[in-house]
Amino acid sequence: MTEPHFEREVDRSHMKVSDEVAIRIENMNKWYGAFHVLRDINLTVNQGERIVIAGPSGSGKSTMIRCINRLEEHQAGKIIVDGTELSSDLKNIDKVRSEVGMVFQHFNLFPHLTILENCTLAPIWVRKIPKKEAIETAMYFLEKVKIPDQAHKYPGQLSGGQQQRVAIARSLCMKPRIMLFDEPTSALDPEMIKEVLDTMIELAEEGMTMLCVTHEMGFAQAVANRVIFMDQGQIVEQNNPHDFFHNPQSERTKLFLSQILGH
Amino acid sequence: MSEQNTSSVAYVRDTMLPQQPAPSNQTGALKWMRENLFSGWLNTVLTLAGIGLVYWLVTHFYPWFAHSVWDANSLKECREIVTTAYGADATGACWGVIRERWHQFMFGFYDPALYWRPLLTFGLLLVVIGPILFTENQRNRAAFMVFGGLFALVSMALVGTSAAILALSAGIMAATGALIFGRFAYAMLAAAAFPLVAIFLLWGGSAWTVLFIGFGFVIGWLLLSGFARMGSIIAVVAAIVGTILFWLISGGAFGTDHLFGGQSLVEALASAVPLSIEAQGSDRFGGFLLAVTIGVGGIAMSLPMGVVLALGRQSNMFLIKSLSVIFIEFIRGVPLITLLFVASLLLNYFLPPGTQFDIILRVMILVTMFSAAYIAEVVRGGLAALPRGQYEAADALGLDYWRAQRLIILPQALKISIPGIVSTFIGMFKDTTLVVFVGLFDPLKGIPDFIRSVFEWKGIYWEPFVFVGLIFFIFNFSMSRYSMYLENRLKRDHR
Amino acid sequence: MTTSPDVPNQGFRLSQLIYDTRYRSLTIQTITLILVLMGFGWLIDNTIQNLEVLGKDFNFSFLWNRAGYDVGQTLIPYTNDSTHARAALVGLFNTLWVSFLGCFAATVLGIFVGVLRLSHNWLIARIMTVFVEVFRNIPVLMWILISLAVLTEASPQPRDFKVNPETGVANAEMLLFDSVAITNRYTAVPSADFTRGFAPIETPLAPISVNFLICLGVVLASIWANKRLLAHATVIQETSGVRPVTWWKSALILFAPLVMVLYALGFDIHEPVLKGFNFTDGTNVSNALVALWLGLTLYTASYIAEIVRAGIMAVSKGQSEAASALGLRPNRTMKLVILPQALRVIVPPLISQYLNLTKNSSLAIAVGYADLRATLGGTTLNQTGRELESILLMMLIYLAISLTISGVMNLYNRSVKLKER
Repeated sequence: MTEPHFEREVDRSHMKVSDEVAIRIENMNKWYGAFHVLRDINLTVNQGERIVIAGPSGSGKSTMIRCINRLEEHQAGKIIVDGTELSSDLKNIDKVRSEVGMVFQHFNLFPHLTILENCTLAPIWVRKIPKKEAIETAMYFLEKVKIPDQAHKYPGQLSGGQQQRVAIARSLCMKPRIMLFDEPTSALDPEMIKEVLDTMIELAEEGMTMLCVTHEMGFAQAVANRVIFMDQGQIVEQNNPHDFFHNPQSERTKLFLSQILGH
Repeated sequence: MSEQNTSSVAYVRDTMLPQQPAPSNQTGALKWMRENLFSGWLNTVLTLAGIGLVYWLVTHFYPWFAHSVWDANSLKECREIVTTAYGADATGACWGVIRERWHQFMFGFYDPALYWRPLLTFGLLLVVIGPILFTENQRNRAAFMVFGGLFALVSMALVGTSAAILALSAGIMAATGALIFGRFAYAMLAAAAFPLVAIFLLWGGSAWTVLFIGFGFVIGWLLLSGFARMGSIIAVVAAIVGTILFWLISGGAFGTDHLFGGQSLVEALASAVPLSIEAQGSDRFGGFLLAVTIGVGGIAMSLPMGVVLALGRQSNMFLIKSLSVIFIEFIRGVPLITLLFVASLLLNYFLPPGTQFDIILRVMILVTMFSAAYIAEVVRGGLAALPRGQYEAADALGLDYWRAQRLIILPQALKISIPGIVSTFIGMFKDTTLVVFVGLFDPLKGIPDFIRSVFEWKGIYWEPFVFVGLIFFIFNFSMSRYSMYLENRLKRDHR
Repeated sequence: MTTSPDVPNQGFRLSQLIYDTRYRSLTIQTITLILVLMGFGWLIDNTIQNLEVLGKDFNFSFLWNRAGYDVGQTLIPYTNDSTHARAALVGLFNTLWVSFLGCFAATVLGIFVGVLRLSHNWLIARIMTVFVEVFRNIPVLMWILISLAVLTEASPQPRDFKVNPETGVANAEMLLFDSVAITNRYTAVPSADFTRGFAPIETPLAPISVNFLICLGVVLASIWANKRLLAHATVIQETSGVRPVTWWKSALILFAPLVMVLYALGFDIHEPVLKGFNFTDGTNVSNALVALWLGLTLYTASYIAEIVRAGIMAVSKGQSEAASALGLRPNRTMKLVILPQALRVIVPPLISQYLNLTKNSSLAIAVGYADLRATLGGTTLNQTGRELESILLMMLIYLAISLTISGVMNLYNRSVKLKER
């Protein structure tokens, strides 16, 4: 959709992929009623990887990452996050969710709470961190996303880009080891996309493990170490960004890339 | 590159996987029951409680329905039939009362030979509002109008209307329908003229009265467009004054009655050319005829008033705004029943000494004021929901206030308001039952009380409740579904 | 309009009153004012003439005359020697009483039905949908009349509760562990009194129960103490991170003092007991009140259920997903995220339902309950022949109630309004 438009060079010095497995998905299948949404997904994500997932709408990419923190239930196969297998066991779900942060397309900030309260709610009630400490952490991350002065405003008073950065900070306050991004820039006006992408790049530079569903191919080329292309509920192709964009193998990928970059 | 995954896997799928059926434990009735009825102990308890409730209801009420008796002329006879057929302890519904008195539930004390007149009015109503209710979907509109007309015709046939009148009615409805089907402006015109037709058909009497009321509106409209160039205020004043003068003169005011030998123009015409049908006084109205007349009449008359009040409430002019707010809040702040008492006890105080007029008309005036206050709030919501840009665009086009309202703002605001107006109508229709407390025969209490006053039907409670309740339910449920359909369509359009 | 075309530079022309935006609105308002005043003048003139013809006048002094009629059920002392004003007050209290009972029960039932309608349980959701559709699509008058008919036509007589000495069983049974008896004349419920209590304080309006005041004071103090406890728990949570367990302390603080005070005052519950052909000891509530209360409750509950459902559905799915993704458990999500948002949507229409219920309580006319309409707008009106004064006063009282309720609603709306850009 857009060519890379980052003025600065991405600092790759901390982007290290370790051998430690962060997420392992084996033969995962999911149905909505009779409709087979995810077909035989196999994916291993190591600690420190930055993966961009692309594909046409309805290809199951959002559903797949929503399975990783069990916002959606899978019906066959295994999902293991940081050594914890996702099952109907509530304890496991709680454990996974406290280690996996998620950023949504529509921000989903809590409109009745201030920015600061949005950021401290989960640390206080889930992590059971003293309030003072939680506020300090929240202010630290709000500074990182460059909106500390808005801390006492309500989400409705912020622009879309600012809200999405708050949403990222809110997730970071839980100190997650993995971050999931579900089309974080799709609902934003063009001039706000950059500020959100910059925040995400900074996060990548610090070595965060990231899975990102996005159409921002510039971001994929600059940051990702792997691009996954999905269609009809299955992984069709994956490769490093350079080869993925310059030498796509499957016909579906070529078609998709020509549609998204072609004009 | 150092940050590349060491196990960097270039992967291409050769063959796409086909759709596979979900595993058997994920589909089928068993899975459905497990997910929807027995997922967890709380749900299981709820399901069992629900089954228990349904079982209780069925075992308590089914025998009563199963032992229905239609063919009896008194409650005593019913009980005897049930006892001989099902034993001494058995209970049974006695629908004999409905069979014998259904016409009073429907038409009150209207002359049975003239039942076709209210039915034709109702059919015409459905035909006329079809194009207004279903503006978008031609098929739904056609279905609604045809069904409405056929419903009226079948009902007329069932109450024994003569073939000639049936044919005439079918012709009138078909002609009206054909004329207005594809032309929204004609439909609005027909809707505006409908109340006069309805008054004539329902109450009967001389056609001249109704015609002259109609002429008055035509004259008002002519004056309005004739004076339009002199500015909207002058035009409106001219139209109102002209219309009222016309009515007063044709009603015999200002000594004009001397011209016709002590009669007013209308009376003189009526005696010279008697264009009249048999009159039915208000004391003959009852049952659902009364409820629908008051409900539809009240809503129809309250719409213009409600729109004016809503515009008044939005106005920048302090006095206009305050008057509108006071009126709306006063009406909404008191129970309808107190307003009905005003109609029956106080209205005569407020009018010139010696004025006597019909109780239904008095009730309708108050009901109109009542629903106008509610309609005003609904329309205000519609006005507020319009984007500011619409007002600015109207200003930018150089339209004056009234033209902007008429051409741009109100059509859109009213369209948004239709679901709310329908809800208000449902509320109104339910509230028409309160007229029993000022001595009218509503279908819920007035008519059943009247029927119970006869020895044969003394003590019959449940059957009238079930019958009348069912009709109310069908009316209101279908109207609320229509309103939901509209709301969903509006939401879809706005996306 | 007369204009002066030959002097274009004149400072003010009459036509400016209509065509000049500066004067236009003033002109319109002046005309409106004149028309409205004329209209009112006409109405008042007619009224004065009509009153003259009837030989009546317009004054409210009749309110201080002896009423001379009895009222079935009164919350404050009243005899037929009391004044019409006091009869009106009795009616007002009865209106407020049935409205309060109705609002309370309708809220409980409405929340119950509304929440269950959202349940994933297919059967329960369907049953609740039927409940809502049936009760709100049929006039409330019918539910009141049906309730009355069930109570008077389909309920046993008090003497049917007598145990037949031969068979050892009674024809009718009491409900709720033998504490409530529904009969065709009244509903017998338990009553309570204080055997060691204080005498009530007599005031001109009504005797005030000291015992009740003491209990109320204790309850308020307990609620305050509980709030302190919760605030203290929050402080501990804020400093240590862990919220101490408070539910048993709360229960103790809320209930123990009240129980002790009730015991000290000799609180005693009397269950209704059948003596001869009637129930004694308990309170016999007239069926008029029960029927009116039941009808209003069922009808309004169906509306409240829809309001509750809509309120919860108005909170987008994304909110609960975001809360889940942050690791919040469903009950916490409900308490911290969904409810605070849903309440903003629920409370305003809920309050207007309370308003509707209060207005609908005037349907007491259908069952013969002695509300404001029945005393001031009924017997008083008929006995004194003061239609104008009675009805105006009655409307003003209803208006005052309505305005109070909507005032409360506006206050609430202002306090919870979400901040937007």
